Amino acid sequence: MTMFGFRRMSILGFFRRRGSAPVARERLQILLAYERGVRGQSDLLAILREEILAVIGKHVPVERENVQIKMDRGDTVSMLEIDVEIPNSADGLLAAGA
Amino acid sequence: MAKVLVVTSGKGGVGKTTSAAALGAALAQGGQSVVVIDFDVGLRNLDLVMGAERRVVFDLINVVQGVAKLPQALIRDKRIDTLWLLPASQTRDKDALTEEGVARVISELRGKFDWVICDSPAGIERGATLAMRFADVAVIVTNPEVSSVRDSDRMIGLLDSKTERAEKGERIEKHILITRYDPARAARGEMLNIEDVLEILSTPLIGIIPESEEVLRASNLGSPITLSNAASAPARAYLAAARRLKGEDVPMTIPSDRKGLLDKLFGRRAA
Repeated sequence: MTMFGFRRMSILGFFRRRGSAPVARERLQILLAYERGVRGQSDLLAILREEILAVIGKHVPVERENVQIKMDRGDTVSMLEIDVEIPNSADGLLAAGA
Repeated sequence: MAKVLVVTSGKGGVGKTTSAAALGAALAQGGQSVVVIDFDVGLRNLDLVMGAERRVVFDLINVVQGVAKLPQALIRDKRIDTLWLLPASQTRDKDALTEEGVARVISELRGKFDWVICDSPAGIERGATLAMRFADVAVIVTNPEVSSVRDSDRMIGLLDSKTERAEKGERIEKHILITRYDPARAARGEMLNIEDVLEILSTPLIGIIPESEEVLRASNLGSPITLSNAASAPARAYLAAARRLKGEDVPMTIPSDRKGLLDKLFGRRAA
């Protein structure tokens, strides 16, 4: 930062200084709105994982560790990503499809 | 009917132990029988803050494990007859606390006291979750500072989901206790004010403890502040908060140690 720029900022800062509490308040409001939404989400994912495992397991043999669930929260929509690995053997998918 | 009260915060260093000792003493000064339990296994400090560090023989874990009986572990305060302390263990690790054991101890204490105050450790691990587990009432100690407010919000979430009352679908009474408050800095916009904190946490207020040198003095002396200097601003704030906990309608003020002009002219009148 140039000397001039620095000085200009501090002069402006001096006149505009109104205290940092409003910034703290706004940051907290935004953060907590998000964190309250996420709270309990890990439980939701665990429940989804178990139910998906049960549904697929009725038709195809699936290993527990081969079901991955992720949730990506966006501003307006969130993406639920379900990744199920199914074995490609004769008594796996083929047998279930027959 | 005994009430189990947890003093919690999530964040460390905000004044949980100071507040547990002061509220316990204040309730006892008001004629109630009170036991304060230290749940900070491995890092006990309530004994020191209450000035009973040289009288600890048995502790909470000894009682939980059946090594000692409850009356052997309880320490009576030397200043007030109706105030007792159940210290934490300094040597064991926190896994020595079991939910069944804590349930048994608390249910036994419910039969003997008006108030069972659980001084929670910082964090959200075993000691903290067990301290709140059987509570009817929670006091969430919060500094007007971002990290403390955030952690308080987290604790409110845990109180509403992980306590026995919450699991039974019953309500747990929750109160915010603001500590280390500096009204002058809040007025200048340098510190979150009371309204900000309460609005963000949407939880009612039980008291405002002003920042004061007297708090450190009390812990240096090993005395709850309501006993060492009952006329000081923080002590008056704790005494008022304790009355509100009992259900009394006490107007919310921020006590001050500063002398006004009239006080200086006419001498200090006791509050």
